[in-house]
Amino acid sequence: MPEAALTDTGDILPEGTRGVVADFSADKQTFQVPWGKAMMWIFLLSDTFIFGCFLTSYMTVRISARDAWPVPSEVFALSFGGEPIPLILIAIMTFILISSSGTMAMAVNMGYRKDRNKTFWLMVATAAFGAMFVSMQAFEWTKLIEEGVRPWANPMGAAQFGSTFFMITGFHGLHVSAGVIYLLVVAFRVKNGVYEKRGGNYEIVEITGLYWHFVDLVWVFIFAFFYLW
Amino acid sequence: MAQDSGQQHPISIYMWIWGLLFVFSFFSYMVDYLDFQGLMRWSLILLFMFLKAGFIVGIFMHMAWERLALKMVILGPPVALCVFIVLMALEADYTFLTRIVFFGEITPLAVHH
Repeated sequence: MPEAALTDTGDILPEGTRGVVADFSADKQTFQVPWGKAMMWIFLLSDTFIFGCFLTSYMTVRISARDAWPVPSEVFALSFGGEPIPLILIAIMTFILISSSGTMAMAVNMGYRKDRNKTFWLMVATAAFGAMFVSMQAFEWTKLIEEGVRPWANPMGAAQFGSTFFMITGFHGLHVSAGVIYLLVVAFRVKNGVYEKRGGNYEIVEITGLYWHFVDLVWVFIFAFFYLW
Repeated sequence: MAQDSGQQHPISIYMWIWGLLFVFSFFSYMVDYLDFQGLMRWSLILLFMFLKAGFIVGIFMHMAWERLALKMVILGPPVALCVFIVLMALEADYTFLTRIVFFGEITPLAVHH
């Protein structure tokens, strides 16, 4: 269970709502977490607003369009020589991203255990899953563009489908790609002992994990609102 | 004075939640595959979505073990976002109805909203 938070004079900080008052009235810092973690959370909050805006505008456009919206399970179906399987690519992409979240959680755990080798390989595995995800998303984009989906029109239904789809999945894919790079940079720094030299602190792995889990989280919402709805 | 040297929890809890995420994703996919419709479809999609989101934020992102101050600062604004989303949904529906009234129906078949 969590250790009690302490003030710098060693007094135990209260929990719960009294803790909120104690934290906000503290004279040196509010959040009893490393500054990097607090900043990553605040960045993720701002990113939540961005994706929230995109998804909300997608909702608005879809509800208010008079034209019928393309049926996702038809648009995103793939056939391997037989009956088209609805959403199979998306199911695989979801599976990949959840797997990557698992490897990331393990990497964070290994990082705190100071097992640099396992941390490195788990982060590389996470990045590999991410790269697979982006490639599949790119494949999906080419398939839809070939079928005539454009930001301004498409043959399947309401004209606004293309712009909302490409904008939302594009931004998400960009975040995944940036995350892959971020993961690899930190992974190699772990491997090369950069953080040992800086005092043996592996919080950076957890902070990277926060970003990566956020990317998975956004996908949970996109999956529900764009593909299932 | 960052003293959070990383609360370590047994890795088993992460494995359990990881498994649960696969299960919820499978159920979400089944909602579409089995072609549920209407209220059943929407409520199940939203239920699994929020469950997955909750576990990712709470366990994987460690929020369940953070202090209330951080929880409130990060989770509070998205609640306000939800209010905004409800308002936008209401407005979009109004816009849709107004367009029907003034511009007429486009597709005679049931609109897939």
